[in-house]
Amino acid sequence: MPVKNEFDVIIIGGGITGAGTARDCAMRGLKVLLIERHDIATGATGRNHGLLHSGARYAVKDSESAEECIRENKILRSIAANCVEDTGGLFITLPEDADAGFGLDYQQKFIEACTKAGIDAHAISPAEAIAMEPSVNPTLIGAVVVPDGSVDPFRLCAANVTDAAMHGAKILPYTEFLDFVREGDTILGVRVRDARSGQESEYRAPVTVNAAGIWGHGVAEKAGVHIGMYPAKGALLVFGHRVNNVVINRCRKSADGDILVPGDSVTVIGTTSTKVPFEECDHMEVTPDEVRLLLREGCALCPALASTRILRAYAGVRPLVADDSDPTGRSISRGIVCLDHETRDGIKGFVSITGGKLMTYRLMAELATDAVCRKLGVTQACTTAETPLPGSADGRIESVSKRFEGKPSAGQKGAAGRQGDLVGKIHFNTEADRQLVCECENVTLAEIKYAVAELGVRSLGDLRRRTRVGMGTCQGTLCIRKAAKALAEALGDPSLAPKLAADYLDERWKGMRAVGWGATLREMEFMQRVYKFEKPYSYDEV
Amino acid sequence: MQETNISAKNFEQCQKCSICETVCPVMANNPAYGGPKRSGPDGERYRLKNGIFFDDSLKYCLNCKRCEVACPSGVRIADLIQQARIDYGRKAPKLRDMMLASTDQMGPVAGAFAPLVNFSLGLSPVKGLMDLTLGIDKHRTLPKYSSETFVHWFKKNAAAKQDAFRKHISYFHGCYANFNYPQLGKDFVAVLNAFGYGVHLIDERCCGVAKIANGMIPAATRDARTNIAEFEKAVSQGRDIVTVSTTCTMTLLEEYPELLKVDNSKVKDHISLVEQFLYKAIASGEVKPVWKEGYKARAAYHCPCHQERLGLGIFTTELLKMIPGMELTELESNCCGIAGTYGFKKENYKYSQMIGKPLFDDIAAQAPEFVACECETCKWQIEMSTGVPVKNPVSILAEALDLEATAAANR
Repeated sequence: MPVKNEFDVIIIGGGITGAGTARDCAMRGLKVLLIERHDIATGATGRNHGLLHSGARYAVKDSESAEECIRENKILRSIAANCVEDTGGLFITLPEDADAGFGLDYQQKFIEACTKAGIDAHAISPAEAIAMEPSVNPTLIGAVVVPDGSVDPFRLCAANVTDAAMHGAKILPYTEFLDFVREGDTILGVRVRDARSGQESEYRAPVTVNAAGIWGHGVAEKAGVHIGMYPAKGALLVFGHRVNNVVINRCRKSADGDILVPGDSVTVIGTTSTKVPFEECDHMEVTPDEVRLLLREGCALCPALASTRILRAYAGVRPLVADDSDPTGRSISRGIVCLDHETRDGIKGFVSITGGKLMTYRLMAELATDAVCRKLGVTQACTTAETPLPGSADGRIESVSKRFEGKPSAGQKGAAGRQGDLVGKIHFNTEADRQLVCECENVTLAEIKYAVAELGVRSLGDLRRRTRVGMGTCQGTLCIRKAAKALAEALGDPSLAPKLAADYLDERWKGMRAVGWGATLREMEFMQRVYKFEKPYSYDEV
Repeated sequence: MQETNISAKNFEQCQKCSICETVCPVMANNPAYGGPKRSGPDGERYRLKNGIFFDDSLKYCLNCKRCEVACPSGVRIADLIQQARIDYGRKAPKLRDMMLASTDQMGPVAGAFAPLVNFSLGLSPVKGLMDLTLGIDKHRTLPKYSSETFVHWFKKNAAAKQDAFRKHISYFHGCYANFNYPQLGKDFVAVLNAFGYGVHLIDERCCGVAKIANGMIPAATRDARTNIAEFEKAVSQGRDIVTVSTTCTMTLLEEYPELLKVDNSKVKDHISLVEQFLYKAIASGEVKPVWKEGYKARAAYHCPCHQERLGLGIFTTELLKMIPGMELTELESNCCGIAGTYGFKKENYKYSQMIGKPLFDDIAAQAPEFVACECETCKWQIEMSTGVPVKNPVSILAEALDLEATAAANR
């Protein structure tokens, strides 16, 4: 078994927290290894709203979270311009909210709490709200404007990973953590398995960071450490196109299905919150009850959702952490939890970073990196809040599109929106390169080649997370064979194409079956007929 | 249906099956055009995200609506494209587009000097100049203007007799019959009178189709409102509105509510194309035709794209087949390529002719005496490209009917 001990820090988990920590560590001059058992952003990172919280949602109950959010909101707008869209947000008050004690008095309290947390919040009239966002429930009796936005979590995670790699970090996706290498109370490194070849290896570093989200519970157990985690499933629905262009929230105590976010070419409603057993975390399926609940609540925000096509449903697991100070484990913190296991548990060379949310990933990474640096005696300060991520120095699609010769094509504009100012690395040389592979999402062969060459793509799912290929209305039915061929050729083995395509369609099908009625059911039938696969569901089930 | 207009026109029902692409005549000929799926429902998803995704190539859509006829999911693809051009396209139309589109304003001016205008528009130096300065292709001959408009003729020669009839209709003649080819209007009056209907004019405005196609939306909307108000008046007097132009009819029925947001629901069921109106009247026994002895003709029917969209072609063929001595064949369903003002534009001329070629070849192979067709712009295109004359079915009826005997039979 080959042994390598060439790193200062090993980070377990390629979600946004691990990616951010890898970037921060690498920027502070550390030799970094990031391991991830699947692709980056496959856990909770890629399974949420993609909401750029203003913090308003937390302002009344949890001012600390609210302040964190608005600080990070402003930072992300400046360092991740290419991943963020400034949609603005509305907190609306409906007549039924007033009946439930969350009327305009509460709105006033909400605005005061926002202002106290540093969030720019002001009330507008119902008519102004409708003018700002025509799809909003017209029965609203009040609305507050806040600086919400949307953020593309795949892109954000990929940008962090890319920047970490540019600062010398080694990134190993599809590398499964098996166990720690330890000597007494000291963690010396990790034993891993290559998910493709099955080959096992060891990597060593004086510090290992557990950034594995909900799976961090199991990682910690391997070190003999207990973190009281609560897997809280959150289900979401993706609508076929943008129904709203402004984030819509309910101005009341946070509840299920009360945030509607326009993200890229779609709108997302979420979320639910259900405690699930750890065994289920790898196989999330959205239930009919969850779909009904989300639709019902979604329609209260935006009545048009009742008749809008739903592309698919998905669910993620929030890594909620029980407060260490509460022995019953009932008191859940939504805040950031950074644990130095040397002081907490007597295990040296091991740090866990968990809790928190997508919005505060950078701050989490900073705290984790601070802990790592303390252990290594490094005094370099954090610069991630001031340094733009790759692609984001100029992240506006309008200006990036001007970089092309002549009028930009749909595929070039699509690439500009996704890859930001890195579009220059995409080579639209030949007619074939300029051709669209995915017509729903405007993805060209050139962009696919770029993603495979530069963004660590191994599967069509990976490619989807980097380029949106197959994420549109047909869910890959019309494009996935072209994409599979391009990817298989780029990977050097054209015979892989059918398997790549089949894996992709299986995964898409799973998300569609929870919402398999109307136009979505027709699309599923169409997909099934095109590919002639056996119907893996029954109508009764759906 | 959606409660807001954000996902109007059914665009989210698109399955991406791409059948629309197989019937699009532009996509098959012009590589600069992305096709109906990409320009319509695909493009719409991205335009909703950011207007920057509006693509100039949408101007190549000739709005034949064949995609809509083919779509198994009921997506109003061509409407989506026209709507996007309205919402995101260049705001100020070019001088050329305004001139081509303002059929009702150019008509009276040109008509007053008709001999001079027709003469000079036919001169090759003038055509060359228009090609260079305006971008109107030099291969085209602009439709000739008539010195006496149909309306002028009607008031002088026909209006006084109309109240004597037992039944009455309102006639929406359209710009073409009025300014360019009054004989069509005269034939209409002769045929309807023979069947016992008094013909009445309304204070009509141009239907607006050319203005919509050329981005002159406020003007088109004003005209649409006037027309609908006039139609409502006619309907309240118990008069149905009968039309002769396919595209005018489609505009009144479909484009008013879809693109101009002008409500036509009160009059929609009272508007019909003359062929549909007459077929129903004859088939139900309401009126009785008496045909001329010895009438003989060999005709080929070309169904205009918009006639297909409206599903009305069948009325014309069934009506023409009633004529004894009429040997009628139906041409394959193909677009002629002109699409109103589209084919006059220099940038479209080449593709316009490429699109029409299958139809021209079909006509050449069948070699009819004339082509029967309800649409005036198809007529220009087919006559220019094949040399075969094109007759409106109403004019064919005027020739084939024994008008006096018919009048006697329907008194």
